[in-house]
This record gives sequence, C-alpha cells and structure tokens, in this order.
Amino acid sequence: MQNYVDKTAPYTALVVIGGGPAGMAAAVAAYDNGVRDMVILERDLNAGGILRQCIHNGFGLHRFGEELTGPEYADRYHKMVVERGIAVKTGATVLDVTPSEEEGVAAYVTAISEAEGMFTLRAGAVVLAMGCRERSKGALNIAGTRPAGIYSAGTAQRFVNMEGYMPGRKVVILGSGDIGLIMARRMTLEGAEVKAVCELMPYSGGLARNITQCLDDFGIPLMLSHTVTQIHGKERLTGVTVSKVDERRRPIPGSEIYFECDTLLLSVGLIPENELTRGAHIGMDGITGGATVDQYRQTSLKGVFACGNVLHVHDLVDYVSEEAALAGSSAAAHLRGELTEGRAITLKTDGKVRYTVPQAVTVTGNTADVTVYFRPSDIYRDVTVTVREGGADGAILSKKKRIKVAPGEMETITIKAADLTATTADTLLVSIEESAKKGGNA
Amino acid sequence: MYDVTVIGAGVVGALIARRLAAYDLRICIVDKENDVARGATAANSAIVHAGFDAKEGSMKARMNVRGSRMMEQVCAELGVSYKRNGSLVVAFEHERAEVEAIYRRGVQNGVEGLRIVEKEELFEMEPNLNPELSCALYAPTGAIVCPYGLTIAAVGNAMDNGAELVLNFEVVSIEKTAEGYTLTAADGRAVETRYLINSAGVYSDEIAKMLGDESFSVHPRRGEYMLLDKECGQTTTCTIFHTPTKMGKGVLVSPTVHGNLIVGPTATDMEDKTDTATTTEGFADIRAKAGDNVAGIPYGKVITSFCGLRSVGSTGDFIIKAENNAVLLGGIESPGLSSSPAIAEYVEELLRGMGLVLTPKADYNPNRAPMDAFRHMSVAEKNEMIQKDSRYGRIICRCEEVTEGEMVAAIHANPPAYDVDAVKRRTRGGMGRCQGGFCSPEVIRILAREWGVSYDAITKNGGGSYINKGRTKVAGGNKEGN
Ligand SMILES: Cc1cc2nc3c(=O)[nH]c(=O)nc-3n(C[C@H](O)[C@H](O)[C@H](O)COP(=O)(O)OP(=O)(O)OC[C@H]3O[C@@H](n4cnc5c(N)ncnc54)[C@H](O)[C@@H]3O)c2cc1C
Ligand SMILES: Cc1cc2nc3c(=O)[nH]c(=O)nc-3n(C[C@H](O)[C@H](O)[C@H](O)COP(=O)(O)OP(=O)(O)OC[C@H]3O[C@@H](n4cnc5c(N)ncnc54)[C@H](O)[C@@H]3O)c2cc1C
Repeated sequence: MQNYVDKTAPYTALVVIGGGPAGMAAAVAAYDNGVRDMVILERDLNAGGILRQCIHNGFGLHRFGEELTGPEYADRYHKMVVERGIAVKTGATVLDVTPSEEEGVAAYVTAISEAEGMFTLRAGAVVLAMGCRERSKGALNIAGTRPAGIYSAGTAQRFVNMEGYMPGRKVVILGSGDIGLIMARRMTLEGAEVKAVCELMPYSGGLARNITQCLDDFGIPLMLSHTVTQIHGKERLTGVTVSKVDERRRPIPGSEIYFECDTLLLSVGLIPENELTRGAHIGMDGITGGATVDQYRQTSLKGVFACGNVLHVHDLVDYVSEEAALAGSSAAAHLRGELTEGRAITLKTDGKVRYTVPQAVTVTGNTADVTVYFRPSDIYRDVTVTVREGGADGAILSKKKRIKVAPGEMETITIKAADLTATTADTLLVSIEESAKKGGNA
Repeated sequence: MYDVTVIGAGVVGALIARRLAAYDLRICIVDKENDVARGATAANSAIVHAGFDAKEGSMKARMNVRGSRMMEQVCAELGVSYKRNGSLVVAFEHERAEVEAIYRRGVQNGVEGLRIVEKEELFEMEPNLNPELSCALYAPTGAIVCPYGLTIAAVGNAMDNGAELVLNFEVVSIEKTAEGYTLTAADGRAVETRYLINSAGVYSDEIAKMLGDESFSVHPRRGEYMLLDKECGQTTTCTIFHTPTKMGKGVLVSPTVHGNLIVGPTATDMEDKTDTATTTEGFADIRAKAGDNVAGIPYGKVITSFCGLRSVGSTGDFIIKAENNAVLLGGIESPGLSSSPAIAEYVEELLRGMGLVLTPKADYNPNRAPMDAFRHMSVAEKNEMIQKDSRYGRIICRCEEVTEGEMVAAIHANPPAYDVDAVKRRTRGGMGRCQGGFCSPEVIRILAREWGVSYDAITKNGGGSYINKGRTKVAGGNKEGN
C-alpha cells in the first residue's frame, strides 16, 4: 500500500495508533516525559477502546485501588489526556504504517477520516495500540448450517450494552474466556436463559473470580472438555450439538448432547490486531500474535513501540496501562535520543512457559531491572519459576515460587539490573520447574 | 402485464434479464429470497471453465466454450472482477493417459491454447503443488470470477435499463391465461406475463411441473468448501484440478478474485433441496483430496466454510426447452456459471423463435460502475469524494476497509440491499478475517437508518434470520421483538 504514502507530509513527533486504554496511557506517559507534539488516532467516534462496552465492575483495582466499570476506567485516562491538551483525532482509521529511511522519522502513518480525508503523518516515533479482535466462528470450522444467531461474545456485548438490543433468549456459550463468562452473567441478568458454557480445554481460560461471579453465582454449568460439533437451524439458530472431547481435543462419538437454543456466543480467543504491524514488516512473535519487543516495548523497527492487547492479550486493563506507560515513556526517550543501541539478550522459554514479553532485553550502561510477563502453557502446581543463563543448566539469575500457575492468569518475574549487566550470556531461559517431591530429603 | 418474467435471480436468470433489457420490453425478475444470488450462484467454485470437461457435442460443451469466450467482456461491462488465471489439471504418472484424453476432448470442444506441461515446467508455474505429481493439462483460458458479484451487477444493470425486481416472491402456482401466464406467490401476490423464463435452479423441475411439463427432474448434489484468509491467496496462481475420476471432478484449490484461497468441493447426492449444511466428514474429505494436488494448505487460516447445491438434471446435460411461450432451464449444474452468458444469448434466440419481438432500446446502457470503484481511486480522487460526502472517510469494516459511503451507495444502488449479507456481498464489509465481529452492529445501524426501520427489524438474510430479538431491560422493557 506504499502507493498512497506521502513522504512530504507534515512531521509529528509522536503518533499513537489506537485510543483505547493502552493508547491513552502511552500518550499521557509520553507527555509527562516531555513530548508535546503528538496525536492519538482513534478509528471509533470516541476514545476508550473496548472498555466502553465493558459496563461491569472490576477495572482499576491495581491501578487506582478501587473497583471501576470499564467506561469509568477509560474516563479517568481520557481526563488525563484532556487535561494535558493531547490531540485526539477520532473517526480516524490508520490504514498503513510504512518504515522510513529518513533520519529522525520512524515511519509514515497514513489514515482516513471524515474531517480530513486521507492524510499522512511523518512520525518521529509511533506507539502501536490497536488492541485485539475476537476469533470468529469461521476459524473453528463447526459443521452444520449458517443461520443468524451466532455471534462473538464481544459483538453480543456491544448489542446489549451499547445498542440496547437482545441478540437472543436461549443461549449456549462456547469458550470460557473472560468475555464469555461476563456475557453469561449479563445475558442472565437481562432475562435470557444461559444453558451452558462449553470449554474445549480441561480448564477455563478465564479469571477464577469471573468463574465464581459469573457462572457459579447463577448456577450456569461450565462443561469442561466439551465443544460444539454441529449447528442447527436454517434462518435462525435452533440448537447446537455439544460433544465431549478426548485428551487430544477430538470429539468422542456417542457423547453428543443436543441443546435447544437461539443464540451461540463464541468466546474462543482474542487475536492482536496486527495487520498494520505486519504491513510495516515488523518482527512478530508467532505465539503472542504481537510484535517482538525489548524491555522498552520497542519493536524491530526503531522508534516504533507497541503496548496493550496489540502486543499480547492481557486479562486486566491495569497491566495494559502499566505496559503502555512504559511504551510511552520509552517513545519519549527515543525522541530525546536516549534509547541507545546495546547488547541484545534473547529470552527463551521452556515450553511450560508459553511466551514472554519482552522477548529480548537490550543491555546498555543504564539498564534498569526488567520485569518479564509470561503465561504458562498449562496449569502447574508447586513450581519454581526461574530465569537461567543460557540453557536449562545455566546459573539462576532470578527465581520465584508459585503454588499454582494457570494459562488464564498472567505471571511476572523480575531480573535485576546488576545481573543483566554482569551476565555474558546472549540468551536467558525462562522456565517453570516442578519443585522436588514433598517429603524428599532435598 | 409484463412481456417477460424471469423466475429465479441466480446467475442464469440474471444474465437472461440483463440481455433482454437491451430491448423494448417490460421485464420482471422474481425470486423467493430477500436478495438475488442466493441459490447455487452464492456457493460454487467460481471458475470460468475453459470447456474441456464436458462431453463432445453436448449442450454443456457448446455453452461452456461460448460462455467462456463471452465472460470477460460481460464482466468488463458490468464492472465485475474477472481474472484469467489459467487452469491446471494435475496428474500422477499413472494418470497420464487420462490427462491426454482430456486434452483431446478439449481440442475437439474448441478450447484454445491447451497443452500438456511436464513436471519441471509445472513446478516452475506452481511451486506449492504436491511433489509427487508428474504432469498437467494447462488451459490458459481458464478464469475466475465473482459469481454473486456478476449476478448482482447483471440484475442491477437490467434494473438500470428498466427491468423490475420482486423479492420474497416464491412462485407456488402458475396459471395459463389467454395472453400468457399468471404467477402466484406464496403470500398471494400475482404477476402477469406474456413470456416466462424458468431459471429456478434446483427448483426448476417443480416450476416445470406447474407448467405441466414433467419430462425432467432435478436433484441436489452437495458441494462443501473451505475459504482461507487472504494471507494464503498466493498458494497457487492457477486453479488446480485433479484428473477426474468416476467420482467427478474432485477437489480443486484456487485463488479467488478477492485474493482468498478456496478449497473444495465435496460431492454428495441429497434429497432435501434446502440442506446446505456443512459436515465434519466433508471437511475431512476436502483435506484428504486437496492434499493430492497442493502440499501444506494451512487449514488453521480457514475464515469460513460453506456449501452449495448442484442442480443435477435427469438427462445428464443442460436441459433448455422452449414451449408455449416459456423457456425451461433445468440441470444447470457446473459449468453453469461459465455458460451463463451463452445461455442468455441462446434463450434470446429461443424467445425470438417463439414470436417475441425484440426492438433494441435507444437508451440502453450495457455498463455498470464497479461496486469497488472507491477502493481503486487515487488519494486525490478519494479525498474529492470525501469532500463531497464525508461518509467516504469513515471506515466501517476495518478488515476489508469499507467505508460508510460505499455501504450507503450499495444499499441504494440497483438491486437494493435490505439485509446484512446483502451489504456484505456488495461491499465485502464483514467478509474479512473478523467475519463481521466489529462491523455488524454498525452495518445494522446503517441499514435501519437507510430503510427507516427499527434496529431489530434488520435480518442476516431475510425471512426469519433476525439478528436481535427485542430490547434489553435497561433500554426499554423485556418484550420479545419480531
Ligand atoms: C469483554 C471484555 C471484558 C473485560 N473485562 C475486564 C475486567 O473485568 N477487568 C479488567 O481489568 N480488564 C478487562 N478486560 C480487558 C481490558 O479491557 C483490555 O485489556 C483493554 O481494553 C485493552 O486495551 P487496549 O488499549 O490494548 O485495546 P482496546 O481497548 O481494544 O483499544 C484499541 C483501540 O485502538 C483502536 N484502533 C484499532 N485499530 C486502529 C486503527 N487502524 N486506526 C485507529 N484506531 C485503531 C480501536 O478502535 C480501539 O479503540 C476486558 C476486555 C473485554 C474485551
Ligand atoms: C458446488 C458447486 C460448484 C460449482 N462450481 C462451478 C464452477 O466452478 N464453474 C461453473 O461454471 N459452474 C459451477 N457450478 C454451477 C453454477 O454454480 C450453477 O450452474 C449456477 O450458479 C446456476 O445458476 P442458476 O441461476 O441456474 O441457479 P441458482 O443460482 O440456484 O438460482 C435459482 C434461483 O431461483 C430462485 N427460486 C427457486 N425456486 C423459486 C420459486 N419457486 N420462486 C421464486 N424463485 C425461486 C432461487 O431463490 C434462486 O435464487 C457449481 C455449482 C455448485 C453447487
């Protein structure tokens, strides 16, 4: 799409793509670190991102020490943006990010809006904060008909919370991600009958508190190791067939149960929205679906940073804000010329650790402690999380005991600055190590 | 009283109506659905076959070869995506004799440019093929087209030239009158016409029975497909068929004109003419067979799957009959799409033969602006459009980058779009990787506004396919809608 990039376009020091919690927090942090010439480009008519439709409580416990709804949390950040006089262009969809070879310009950002038509900005630095989208039904390839009545949970949330319409009355939910759990409660409160939440895996991918508050409290069954294997109904959904699955997640013949329902909600995963990132040929992590970054949240394209759900899917917006503040202040440092090149250390994982963010650490003269965020691949109990130099038998730089880790909850481990500057290894291994047997004589 | 009424707005009926709209005639197109192109035309392989498949001397062979020659021009006039990407019928060494036989049949049928390519050249053309393959028949005239795009454009162009479209009109009885016919719909509405075209696809035998012709029957044969993300659209350049066996043409792998990859179809004989469900067995079958042709298709990138019903006629060939001022079209299975321009030309001759006077219309316009015109404009042109109508600056479908301006234009152009799928087929809004997750609430809002109806009156594709069912408690009570 290079054809429409205008390389003589006006310069803007920082362009933030996406005005969700990540984009707003990044912009605020950049401002507080001295950047003035900046703009947030948001495709929606309002800033706030996905939070605008999350009218339930549970946001901000970490960040503000109180329970807010999604829109309240977004408003807090929006106020900070407004107070600082940061420019926000809403209704402006970014179509393209093209890397620049010009000194002091990280990329050309091209967008379209009603007010300005198509326009390009020469950006000194860019923060990618486009959020994520929900995995759709097509990707699941469920057999059967293609009637109305099948929605991703987020779309249903939008119908109910923003449009004020009910997508249906008798509901089965596939996938126990947080949005699915939240919608099970929401639909029930609105008078719909939620018959079951089916989850392919033997455990839920949602937060433990959501399982209690959204399913258990309403007596909605959670069917683990179950999936939808057939869709019924011609015009509107009339029912679904649910099957139990074996250890390899294949449906077990003979285990089919039929549920009469008019609505199937899918909460089967979130996918970071990285079309722009890929278009700019930025290095990607196949597991997170986001860019690979160092501890500054800088991508492989110098001056381009990423944060929030576009980088990896977060459970809690509080962590999004935290990560975004880091990306925003890093962008400011980049613009001041302070993000110098350094020695790169790659973070590897042992498989039990599914992924880490950052995926690499850049070590310079003034490296600080680095907090590594990661998700386990499965549920593990009584484990020690370690960071070792080189491989599995390398020296331990950092460790932490955990009674239980689960894929649904993000974990962290910190590596001390001193260890990073001291080590000569070019890779560090982050692993989950099963503790020695209890009662042993270790 | 109409001069000609076409029953069925699939690609065949659409191209017939569009051809007749060049003449001074009152034309009516009726269809039982809420939009055009909802039958076989909505779910097929979208290939303009070169014409080497059909038996020498058959109607299928004649219509296909002629249709394939006419298609590019028709698409150009109607602003429809068409791409001559070439077809390859690939074979293992033990199937070589088969490939040679198809080559000879193709030459007999009058297909141009056919030749057999050997392994080295074959893998230069298509590096992702199954490495065990040894040769292929190459047909440079094979092409791909957007079948529903073609149908929408053809009906639209017919309407622009005066034809009328009546939707949700399911013909349930036909009465012979002194001047022609009276068609009655399920809801009691009636249409009177002098001449009649039966292009009702898999239901054409039932329409024929209403006319007293029981000479043929049509049964449905299911064909299932998987459609992959645009990321995979470059897996092959040509359409890859396998050497046909007794079980049929088998599973093909092809890019689509929109840049996706299509894999399918299966072939299962059915009884129910409405059963377009996909099956687990079908998906397994497609994977097994496609693997013979192309190595390593990334099924993790499937964005949707669908199924169409072939109209298999009792004679094995296309059935095209002219009697009592009616033209009956039965068994228009593959290569029906490829043949459709030629069928329309032939039907025109049949009508003339039955005494219909065809006087060219002075102000006939064969052209229609492409539905994706905005997308292909330069930045300056786009900005000029946005200046005039700012809605062209507002992206609604972020995956396919479709603006509100384009959607509103598509809703009101001929033939108008009344439901979410109709907007999708015209603009591609909602057809991308998120499959409408983000934009469908917006599209519904736009449709409701443009047609002045309530939010929950908008359907997915007409009939009982409602999307929302009443308001939430907060928004206004707990009454069930619809
Ligand atoms: C249903 C649901 C329930 C949740 N529940 C909780 C909870 O209880 N507690 C909690 O702490 N967290 C919760 N979360 C998580 C939290 O809301 C998200 O982690 C957070 O919103 C992510 O912020 P973000 O800015 O990265 O992405 P988003 O909020 O998705 O924002 C991204 C923004 O970028 C814009 N954008 C995207 N592409 C472009 C483009 N090309 N051009 C311009 N703009 C663009 C989008 O319009 C959007 O506004 C929930 C999330 C969901 C979806
Ligand atoms: C799996 C599959 C793959 C194919 N692949 C190819 C290919 O690659 N190349 C090719 O050339 N051809 C292909 N074909 C064939 C091609 O799709 C068909 O020949 C073509 O679409 C037929 O068009 P039609 O207009 O005759 O029928 P349809 O598209 O089925 O249209 C019939 C219309 O009649 C309407 N109708 C029916 N009954 C009534 C009634 N009582 N009252 C009012 N309206 C009524 C229906 O609603 C429908 O809109 C394929 C077909 C299938 C199923």
